[in-house]
Amino acid sequence: MTERQHIFDHKKNIKRVLRALIVLCVVSFAVDFVYHRHVVHPFEALWGFYAIYGFFACVILVLLAKEMRKWLMRSEDYYERDD
Amino acid sequence: MTDLPPFLLFYAAAIGAAILPHKARGLIMLLVPIAGAFAVLQLPDGLSVQLTLMSITLEPLRVDQLSRLFGILFHIGAFIGIVFSLHSKDRSQHVAALLYAGSALGAVFAGDLLTLFLFWEMLALTSVFLIFARRTERAYGAGIRYLVIQVISGVLLLAGALMIYHQSGSLSFGHIGLNGAASVLIFIAFGIKCAFPLLHNWLTDAYPEATPTGTVFLSAFTTKVAVYALARSFAGTEILVYIGATMTCFPIFYAVIENDLRRVLAYSMINQIGFMVVGIGLGTALAMNGAIAHAFNDVIFKGLLMMSMGAVLHMTGRMNGSDLGGLYKSMPITTTLCIVGAASISAFPLFSGFVSKSMVMVAVLEEGHPVVWLMLLFASAGVFHHAGIKIPFFAFFAHDSGIRTTEPPLNMLVAMGIAAILCVAIGVYPWVLYDLLPFEMEYSPFDGSHIIAQIQLLVFSAAAFAWLKVANIYPPELHSTNIDIEWLYRRLAPKWIRSIVETMKPAQESLSQVRQKAGKGMMRWILHHYGPEGTLARAWPTGSMVLWVAILLGASLILYYA
Repeated sequence: MTERQHIFDHKKNIKRVLRALIVLCVVSFAVDFVYHRHVVHPFEALWGFYAIYGFFACVILVLLAKEMRKWLMRSEDYYERDD
Repeated sequence: MTDLPPFLLFYAAAIGAAILPHKARGLIMLLVPIAGAFAVLQLPDGLSVQLTLMSITLEPLRVDQLSRLFGILFHIGAFIGIVFSLHSKDRSQHVAALLYAGSALGAVFAGDLLTLFLFWEMLALTSVFLIFARRTERAYGAGIRYLVIQVISGVLLLAGALMIYHQSGSLSFGHIGLNGAASVLIFIAFGIKCAFPLLHNWLTDAYPEATPTGTVFLSAFTTKVAVYALARSFAGTEILVYIGATMTCFPIFYAVIENDLRRVLAYSMINQIGFMVVGIGLGTALAMNGAIAHAFNDVIFKGLLMMSMGAVLHMTGRMNGSDLGGLYKSMPITTTLCIVGAASISAFPLFSGFVSKSMVMVAVLEEGHPVVWLMLLFASAGVFHHAGIKIPFFAFFAHDSGIRTTEPPLNMLVAMGIAAILCVAIGVYPWVLYDLLPFEMEYSPFDGSHIIAQIQLLVFSAAAFAWLKVANIYPPELHSTNIDIEWLYRRLAPKWIRSIVETMKPAQESLSQVRQKAGKGMMRWILHHYGPEGTLARAWPTGSMVLWVAILLGASLILYYA
């Protein structure tokens, strides 16, 4: 019995999503060169500030969280076990 | 009729729900929040109902814009939660949920600290049954810990309130501000319910252990009552800015490595409350409105996310990211609704979180806190990462777990649908909410700069996730427990107590030996005198009594004549 194929069972659809994401990144970054955002703080005035900050924030978040696992991770029944 | 406190309706309905059969119970439960919401809308501003009890003036009903807005919010939250739990046959949960919603209303309409305390404790006592109702060993333990911590918060509130009463002779629940011991006690009491850092663990411990429907109610009320109380009493308290900023940042690290998806949402809840706390700490009109609006939106989008995960748990019996995946194939509607909630919490433009979050962010910069602003921006990217992407991704996409199920019961879909419609409606037409906000302000929600900045932030956060995932750097979901501050009371304290008991054992043994010896000696003495063979239990012959009487009479005769 073969099951119906779903949208992400096809590798090329995943690739399409990733490609669309890259296009979105490029477009939204490019807007900074055309549209002058009004700013409250000088940080914000930097080109691509939000884009770069967003990207690195997430990468650092994940890398630090991974590091945290070494210190904080215990087995699932940690609090149930008596030792 | 109009000046009855709104909680009465819910408490009365709870009595009804306790005795009525399933269908009638459902009907009453649906009608109560609708009727209640209309009643709240009729309440005039400035209405105050007072009663005097043993020379103390209490104010069980105080209506102003702030309390009415939260009142309406809690009616919406209760309605959505009730629709979501209609299929359930568990009467105890329905009764608990109604009492819980009523207590939340009682607390926000309370005009004095004693009434607030009463409902503060009722919130804890009623909601804990939504945790116990899971009927597992883990849920029972988590529920007990939850109850203890909540009751401690109530006791601190009562102590602070009584000290204030002693000092000022008034119990009024208004602005308090941090000055003196009494206010600190109340601040900590609010802080516990608000899940301040280090006081937060009850939330991530208990909420994920509640029933699929129970967590929806839990996420709506307790913490939002605390946010309301903070807004009422500690607006403009600067330390809140830093407390709130910490709250936005640290939970997202835990959220990234947590496996239980409802626990991920619990951590993300602390992160969202952080934004509100920052706004309250700033205390300006824009910041306060942002905080309050964000609380309003959070009840709905966090409710939606909790419901979508509740639906998954209800249908599959699983909640760990490592065990789920590929559910978009069998639950496409739930998937879509979950994504709406995810977009709202991530503050996508045209979804509900966008405007309220940017209000707080703008206020932070305007008040000159650039470092806090950077922290909040980091947290905004992070919340998209763990709540916006991780939740839908690991539940519905990721690798195919092989689970084939169906959509949840219709009532669950309807409840999620209502929440999703509200998320989009408030996102597209924010004025429905913003016209109700209590403070006067000038703010244009759809400012081009904000929209572009937010889209850049989100798109590049998504890119970071995609890159980390494709490059296999992203940490896999693992069956695990991550140590948090609860370790102190779930591990260290019991260990200490055990070791103290161990070291005291020899002393205890010798003490019990002494006790035994003393006890034996005493028993022997008692038996000697009172036992069956004892002196006092002997059967005395009548003759000896007569003899003694004669001796006594003789003695008294001699004494009389002597």
